[in-house]
Amino acid sequence: MAIISRGFMGRRPEVDTDRLPPGQYVTYDFPVLSAGPTPRIPLDRWNFTITGLIDQPRSWTWDQFDALPKEAVTHDIHCVTKWSKLDTTWTGVSLDVLLEGIETAATHVLASSHGGYTTNLPLADLRQGRAWIATGYDDAPLAPEHGGPARLLVPHLYFWKSAKWVRGIELLGGDNPGFWERNGYHNYGDPWREQRYWGD
Amino acid sequence: MAGQHVDIRLTAEDGYQAQRSYSIASAPEDDHLVLTVERLQDGEVSPYLFDVLAPGDQLEMRGPIGRYFVWQDHMGGPLLMIAGGSGIVPFRSMLRHRDAARSEAPARLIYSARSLTEIVYRKELAGVADGVEVRLALTREHPVDWDGYARRIDRDILAEAAWAPQDRPLIYVCGPTGFVEAVANCLVDLGHDPESVKTERFGPTG
Repeated sequence: MAIISRGFMGRRPEVDTDRLPPGQYVTYDFPVLSAGPTPRIPLDRWNFTITGLIDQPRSWTWDQFDALPKEAVTHDIHCVTKWSKLDTTWTGVSLDVLLEGIETAATHVLASSHGGYTTNLPLADLRQGRAWIATGYDDAPLAPEHGGPARLLVPHLYFWKSAKWVRGIELLGGDNPGFWERNGYHNYGDPWREQRYWGD
Repeated sequence: MAGQHVDIRLTAEDGYQAQRSYSIASAPEDDHLVLTVERLQDGEVSPYLFDVLAPGDQLEMRGPIGRYFVWQDHMGGPLLMIAGGSGIVPFRSMLRHRDAARSEAPARLIYSARSLTEIVYRKELAGVADGVEVRLALTREHPVDWDGYARRIDRDILAEAAWAPQDRPLIYVCGPTGFVEAVANCLVDLGHDPESVKTERFGPTG
């Protein structure tokens, strides 16, 4: 039961509120939130791997990855620190492409990044056109502070799940909480159910 | 834990809600929870907290939250805190916690603000405990007899005022995004292990 804040009028969003999950507000900037310094990753040392419960682990160099079919997608993104940004445009490779033909008993994945960041997701959330490895933002290569050269993009979950500087996913037979998920943040992170913190 | 934040939620009569996160300025050992809030001119929540909220009003709050950007006395030191503007707030909590816990960890605060009047907790910082050093940097204007740094925190300041990488300081950087990005990059350039650098960035949020 919310307490009414005497005299609080608020600034109503100038957008269709159906697009804004509970507790979020619209921002037109692109705030940066990271737990540590921005890693610098030379493209000739970059690779992306799929490991874990898979007969033959997959690995791509930057050139190989860059040659994969890309999609341009437009999505609203929602950060747990309360900002949402509408109609962001990305270019990336769908996880459906990367996971194609993989038969696995895995139920979850742990995504890992340069710099040591990790985040966990159910494998199903990466399939069926809901997740990408994004290498472009707004028609330009993805900037380092926003996760470049490549980040995970899973716009239907809070944005910390969209791991910056991603370098691989590990297919797991069970759930294994990642960095923020071990540090007080919700294990799944659905903005529409306002799953921000432990206990939500 | 020192360094944590709370969420404040405001609700209008028609049910519209706005929430923001604010760093805690008090130590866990303090009697009262203290938030230090910067009033943002075009903000939605901070102007309400300054202009409308009055003693006796109820406020919906959640927390403390966060287990990463925290320092507890058992973590030891050296403790290096680098603040830009209102990024000082979690460090005030850490310094008070250090005192209350009688920690002997060496601690150093490097704090950048636009001018002397924008230094938050100036008096308190002038009388810090033994083992704590405070270095100030003023970026826009400074008194004629100013003996601190008179520029943005840069690589040279960090080389001089921070501990060396081999001293393995626990490093915390808090402030606006551009500040944190610049400071964290310099620290890595100077040879600090990226994993020893914890950052908290303030977006341009209200």
